[in-house]
Amino acid sequence: MAEIRLKIRRQDGPEDLPYWEEFMVPVYPKMNVVAALKKIQENPQNSQGIETNPVVWDCSCLEEACGSCTMLINGKVKQACSTLIENLEQPIVLQPMSKFYVIRDLSVDRLKLFDALKKISAWVVIDGIFDLGPGEKVFKEQQRKMYSYSRCIFCGACCEACPQYNERSPFMGSFIFGQIFLLNMHPLGKISDHVRLEALMGLGGIADCNNAGNCEKVCPKEIPLTEAIASLGWKTTLYTISKFFR
Amino acid sequence: MTRPKIIIVGGGLSGLMTALKAVEQGAEVAIFSTVPVRRSHSVCAEGGINAALNTKGQDDSVSQHIYDTIYGGDFLAHQSPVEKMCKAAPAIIHMFDRMGVCFSRTNEGFIDQRLFGGVSKKRTCYGGATTGQQLMAALDEQVRRSEVAGDIVKFENWEFGSLVLNDEGVCVGITAIDKVTLKVRGFAADAVVICSGGYGEVFGAATSSKHCTGSAAMQVYKQGATFANPEFIQIHPTTIPGYDKMRLVTEGVRGDGGRIWVLRDGKPWYFLEEWYPEYGNLVPRDIASRAIWKVVNEMNLGVGGSKSVYLDITHLSKDLLKDNLAAVVDTYLKFVGEDPREVPMQVYPAVHYTMGGLWVDDNHQTTIQGVFAAGECDFQYHGANRLGGNSLLSAVYSGMIAGVSAANYVTGKEVASDMSVINFVETECGMQEAFNKKIMLMNGNENPHKLKNELSECLNNSAFILRYDNQLKDADQKILQLKERFQNAAMLDKIGFANQELFFMRTLFHQFDLAQLIVRAALNREESRGAHFKPEKPNRDDKKWLNVTKVSYNENEPEFDYKEKVEIEKIKPVERKY
Repeated sequence: MAEIRLKIRRQDGPEDLPYWEEFMVPVYPKMNVVAALKKIQENPQNSQGIETNPVVWDCSCLEEACGSCTMLINGKVKQACSTLIENLEQPIVLQPMSKFYVIRDLSVDRLKLFDALKKISAWVVIDGIFDLGPGEKVFKEQQRKMYSYSRCIFCGACCEACPQYNERSPFMGSFIFGQIFLLNMHPLGKISDHVRLEALMGLGGIADCNNAGNCEKVCPKEIPLTEAIASLGWKTTLYTISKFFR
Repeated sequence: MTRPKIIIVGGGLSGLMTALKAVEQGAEVAIFSTVPVRRSHSVCAEGGINAALNTKGQDDSVSQHIYDTIYGGDFLAHQSPVEKMCKAAPAIIHMFDRMGVCFSRTNEGFIDQRLFGGVSKKRTCYGGATTGQQLMAALDEQVRRSEVAGDIVKFENWEFGSLVLNDEGVCVGITAIDKVTLKVRGFAADAVVICSGGYGEVFGAATSSKHCTGSAAMQVYKQGATFANPEFIQIHPTTIPGYDKMRLVTEGVRGDGGRIWVLRDGKPWYFLEEWYPEYGNLVPRDIASRAIWKVVNEMNLGVGGSKSVYLDITHLSKDLLKDNLAAVVDTYLKFVGEDPREVPMQVYPAVHYTMGGLWVDDNHQTTIQGVFAAGECDFQYHGANRLGGNSLLSAVYSGMIAGVSAANYVTGKEVASDMSVINFVETECGMQEAFNKKIMLMNGNENPHKLKNELSECLNNSAFILRYDNQLKDADQKILQLKERFQNAAMLDKIGFANQELFFMRTLFHQFDLAQLIVRAALNREESRGAHFKPEKPNRDDKKWLNVTKVSYNENEPEFDYKEKVEIEKIKPVERKY
């Protein structure tokens, strides 16, 4: 059976020094990177035949719906489940995402992505979850547009690829533009659009984006983030002017 | 007045819905989830959620929805809970609409509905082919709003350890383990709701996420909760075969016109359309899976001799594919590397949903006082076979009921003093710590992953689409041997930090008992009903088997009980044929 070579950046804990370890793994057709990591988990032996600790990484749905297994594969940010081995050059180099705190090996702490959603009030303000009858009609054209923004899986790829997103910057990450754009389009969501625009004009918001456009290129769900950035840039300007004259 | 303190185990659709409903009743809530809640398995649901909105001019009605659900479940579901769920469905859709869910729309801007399996009316609301993700987004956002308001606290990347029971057997909290530091901590609560999802992962090759292991429900079972109908496992007819995972292709594909065929005598043969002229490609899942099994394994007509049949969408319009099925096209392109708009997809049945689970009453309370269960981890609503589009509905609806019941339960009882609870919490923490320590020190010569693979293989060979008594008996023996061999397993990871093997081993420890329940319940039930099919006893036996399989834990042998009759007062059982 053919084998592939994997070179993995390892780190035993957040305070430990990183090191590289190589593995040889048997390969089969349409095998993906998660399956290769699973082989190592089942038989944790490095390419020198020495027993080692299994590689730690996050995965859950294995169909690119949950965002868990995002990592750097040959230097590019991708989901390990939907990246097929046959499309990769060897040795396959796996590294944790560089913009997040490493917990262990390829596992990083991305909970701050969800904290950002608190800062931008990413919810529709409804009266309650009891029955209040149907919502407003939405027409197909608008639904199509909203749907393209609703596919975010909070994988953090847009943050990883962004030159502005790092430990020293308060920038919340490009995915928030898509979220705000989506909520501000919804018939009930737009009632509180000013709250989100205010957040966008605050710390870590739109002023920290330099329009590099890398985010859209790496988004696994092809969310049109640059369109949202352009539109929200204009809307925050209009909002500032209208506030001035109020 | 002090607020009721409610702990919810699991942050998928049912967990989040329970949380919101409990908060609405005045409770304060803590949610424990083994993954960040937004990465729960609910996000994988594709095709849609059922509600008789009757927006398609087809005279659909709530009573028709109830009938289809009971009939589709081969009369094993209690009828009043199903009735209440179907009645609540339209209001649930409206709630999600107001929350901002991107439902697909009709030309006039109404919520669109597609056709699904085992029904004759378009009743399934959907958001493209990512409906679960859309509904999760809405509830996740509302929960975050409650978090900011101080009503909900989330513990993400925490594994459920065990229930804390006082000396009267009443639940007073839980223990949980931080998956990073591996520290065990106890948390007091007035009520606990288990929303931990299904147990498909025990079969290995399934459409489940990796954490749908059933371990939390099994822990609760071992602490005294009754389990019900473990033998009823739904096999989805159309999944993309993979060594690591069977990837779902939604029933919505066939609802939107996708056709299943194989080559026979050099020509496409649409066997479902020929065998089931009324429902065609949309016969219920158990029946479609058995038909595919027959064509592939008995008639040897699998595509190119492989274990697969064609699922064809090449004839569908570009607009329909883009609006309704873009996610299906994308998944197939990425994982198989072929374009399903050009070449028919190749699919095969796989384990998809578990109808069985923790036994609950109509208020979703388990047999342990103070412990409730909702979502796929309970046994209610689907009987012997679940209809497509009813899982999202039952997840949400059961959460609504459980959230209210848990809060009401607390309001009606005397509050225990903190001091008395602390002793029970500390004792239970000590037991969990000792258990973890024991696992960390395991140093035998059995590889635990190989044991797991053998366990899954054993279930797939005995309790899949066709069930034969002799194979089930062999499986039962094999499971006992595997459980024995586990005593001699090795802990492969030696680091006491963010150690995933610890949680794998804890789960596997429970899965031997889970597999035993599935196999023994299948062995006991001497009939065929819904997803439970025995070729040697191909008929349903209402005289003897119109009852719930209930099983309770005993250290030596699980104790089965068939005294609970299925409630059939509203719709009289008739033969189920499509």
